[in-house]
Amino acid sequence: MQKNAYFTGLTVPLLLLLPQLVITVLFFYWPASQAVWQSFLLQDAFGISTDFVWFENYITLFSNPGYYKALINTAIFSSFVCVLSLSIALLFAVMADRQLRGGEIYKTLLIWPYAVAPAIAGVLWLFMFDPSLGMLARGLQSLGIAWNPRLDGNHAMALVILAATWKQISYNFLFFLAGLQSIPKSVIEAAVIDGAGPWRRFWTIVFPLLSPTTFFLLVVNIVYVFFDTFGIIDTVTGGGPSGATETLVYKVYSDGKGGSDLGGSAAQSVILLIMVIAMTAVQFRFIERKVSY
Amino acid sequence: MVEDRRLGDAIAYIVLSIGVLIVAFPVWLTFVASSWDNATIINGQLPLYPGPYLFDNYYRILFVGTSGSTREPVASMMLNSFVMAMAIALGKIVISVLSAYAVVYYRFRFRMAAFWIIFVTLMLPVEVRIFPTFKVVSDLNMLDTYQGLAIPLIASATGTLLFRQFFMTIPDELLEASRIDGAGPFRFFKDTVIPLSITTIAALFVIQFIYGWNQYLWPLLITTKDSMQTIVIGIRKMIVTSDALTEWPLAMATAMLAMLPPVLVVIVMQRLFVKGLVETEK
Amino acid sequence: MAQVTLTNVKKIYPGGVEAVKGVSFDIPDGGFCVLVGPSGCGKSTLLRMVAGLETISAGEVSIGPRVVNQIGPAERDIAMVFQNYALYPHMSVYENMSYGLRNLGTPKDEIDRRVKEAARILAIEPLLDRRPKQLSGGQRQRVAMGRAIVRKPQVFLFDEPLSNLDAKLRVQMRVEIKKLQRALGVTAIYVTHDQVEAMTLSDKLVVMNAGQVEQIGLPAEVYKKPASKFVATFIGSPPMNILPGTIDGPGIVALGDAILEARDLRQDLSPQTPVEVGLRPEDVEIASEDEAGSLPFDVEFIEELGATQLFHGQLAGLPFVMQAATDAVAAVAGRIWITVDPDRVHVFDSKTGARLGR
Repeated sequence: MQKNAYFTGLTVPLLLLLPQLVITVLFFYWPASQAVWQSFLLQDAFGISTDFVWFENYITLFSNPGYYKALINTAIFSSFVCVLSLSIALLFAVMADRQLRGGEIYKTLLIWPYAVAPAIAGVLWLFMFDPSLGMLARGLQSLGIAWNPRLDGNHAMALVILAATWKQISYNFLFFLAGLQSIPKSVIEAAVIDGAGPWRRFWTIVFPLLSPTTFFLLVVNIVYVFFDTFGIIDTVTGGGPSGATETLVYKVYSDGKGGSDLGGSAAQSVILLIMVIAMTAVQFRFIERKVSY
Repeated sequence: MVEDRRLGDAIAYIVLSIGVLIVAFPVWLTFVASSWDNATIINGQLPLYPGPYLFDNYYRILFVGTSGSTREPVASMMLNSFVMAMAIALGKIVISVLSAYAVVYYRFRFRMAAFWIIFVTLMLPVEVRIFPTFKVVSDLNMLDTYQGLAIPLIASATGTLLFRQFFMTIPDELLEASRIDGAGPFRFFKDTVIPLSITTIAALFVIQFIYGWNQYLWPLLITTKDSMQTIVIGIRKMIVTSDALTEWPLAMATAMLAMLPPVLVVIVMQRLFVKGLVETEK
Repeated sequence: MAQVTLTNVKKIYPGGVEAVKGVSFDIPDGGFCVLVGPSGCGKSTLLRMVAGLETISAGEVSIGPRVVNQIGPAERDIAMVFQNYALYPHMSVYENMSYGLRNLGTPKDEIDRRVKEAARILAIEPLLDRRPKQLSGGQRQRVAMGRAIVRKPQVFLFDEPLSNLDAKLRVQMRVEIKKLQRALGVTAIYVTHDQVEAMTLSDKLVVMNAGQVEQIGLPAEVYKKPASKFVATFIGSPPMNILPGTIDGPGIVALGDAILEARDLRQDLSPQTPVEVGLRPEDVEIASEDEAGSLPFDVEFIEELGATQLFHGQLAGLPFVMQAATDAVAAVAGRIWITVDPDRVHVFDSKTGARLGR
């Protein structure tokens, strides 16, 4: 944790830290504290007077069915994206981990979607599944499915899940592959000599040894689904139809956008903030455990 | 291993090929769409091969712009995106390398306090505190400026932690040796620490460039002028809910152009990219 | 228990690199064979081919009566101890040792009996509930051995099992491995680059270099009559002195001005043929100037080893090292005279390095 050889002094290190600290305070701590403060304030309809209302914004929030809907949407959205992207990525990683001829090319071809902006990924999938001109949408319609994500909330949810999963596979793939490659080859060989076939080997040796990676990815993916997918939802559905794809983060944005409900939006921000801090804490516990593994 | 590999290998090839197909198909379709005219697309008659309007479409979108909602040509949007991405990547590297150096190589009174102030922000995405941050930027008169686009995004603990972790692996003996050679903190930083950190710096640059280029919500909020738009925002404005008004070939060409720089960075600098990605997350 | 036979075994990697270039030997039932050689000589590859972890490009490996080329590692009835032990980090010691038996579907009480017995033999009973992470290097080594024992295999394979231990523990485990192998009567193949391990453990020593076998024999044979210059310098510490010389007559070699009798030398070589003469530092004795056949040795400095001393200097103008008991001479530099037992003069072909013996 600490170097044994170091410099002393106070001015120089503080000067070195200054840019980072100024920006952090100005754009992190101040806005975050503002959010907390605002969550206790209520503006009247004309924005003329502002009252300190204690937890009223929170109470309003928790009695609003729309907020629960966003909560449920987020839960559905994140579980689908996490499960799908993690399992598909694991499958690809296990396949790519075999020493195949041309394996490196496959790896390159599978990782680049990481570089695609979520908003652009949304546009790509929107285009394929556009109910009137999308190639895949037409395919579904010819199968007799009345595909229309603009009207059907389930269709809209399915579409954003697909786009978000597509974008996230490459990231998970990369980490799973790194995790697989860090398992010592001799451990696998020992299992081969111990008579475990490929299937049994995977479930009794490889998968347990991969569990730190899986857990890490799970946390990162939840954070991804919560926040980074904003661009996907905004371009694909805009939260619609009628709030069917409105997640917690999207709701913070749409409620605060017009400036109409700053207090409510701030209260939502604070709740998200607490969630993120909780996840960070979980991740921390996990890092500690990993060290002792 | 003496194990029948043929079946397993065949399955692996098939699965990976399907994977590549899933990954590539949306992009191929986008590319194809960017090479046809709007009528073909709106009729739902888009073929799976490129059409004759490739150069026309890209020329028009790059230098002329669409006829509808966004009249700015995409070339200037790309310039904005590039400036923002570079500013975020370089700014982040500079401030985090400095702060990490202070935290690792100095012992002073507020060391741990400073470290924790930075560290706590590790997982706090901009989305959570979006409106108050917007207000700060607007109070500072930075709306519609490059500073406003970049500076709020260059502060995060990721870079500081990455460099801190790397500096911890530099043996103490190096500092002792350069002390004996008469180097002070500045010379040690310039002559030893920075040269040793080059790959780490490059890896962080790759990741942060992609991060900056792909920003969405932040530029969406703080740019109001068309001339300040980034390409990711520009494309959103091209897609109008009513299909008839969207100039799909141009929108798709813009999507291709928006993907090109970061994807190229990943493919060309794959090793640095992987290093950066794996190390910033640990 | 079984005999292991290798017949012209080759390993050719895709791309044409030949790691093992046709190796043949057999190990009798219950024998302890050590494969020794520098890194990259193909010894590990050979062992892994016996284990079934590498495919055999050409030739045949049989264990007992069966040719095992096409048989998977699990069906070869072998057990292997890896260099880094390859313990399953997420399993307890008990689970590590029982994993192979569980895969075979062995009844629970039988597994329990065998694991406990192996644990008793290796004195690791108190460790059965621990994870590998909580064990010391020596304890991990024992667990790895235990995992091999419980399966009651026909052949034990060891891939540099002691190289991760400190020097003291290495000596102790070396003895234990030998004892255990004797007690169980299992055929063993052991790969190492350490010549002391090779000499002490083996009853059949296979010296390898560049994918080929240089010599096969009892350890004492290999030491006394190295088949090539490579073996001569590889086995023995400090290494054998190699000096350029010429044939001077039947059974006589010349080193510069000095003349040396070599009893084992082939008689049919014509005078003036260039050869290389090998003298072990420990085969040289201090003599007096007037003794017949004594050679002048200019000592430049002396290393004190406690029981013995190493004399570094020049013999007939060439760098030379000799080893002698500490009380043999006064520890000063200068010219001394030495003699060599004519039975212990090794002569090698200067081109091929092959021994020119009778």
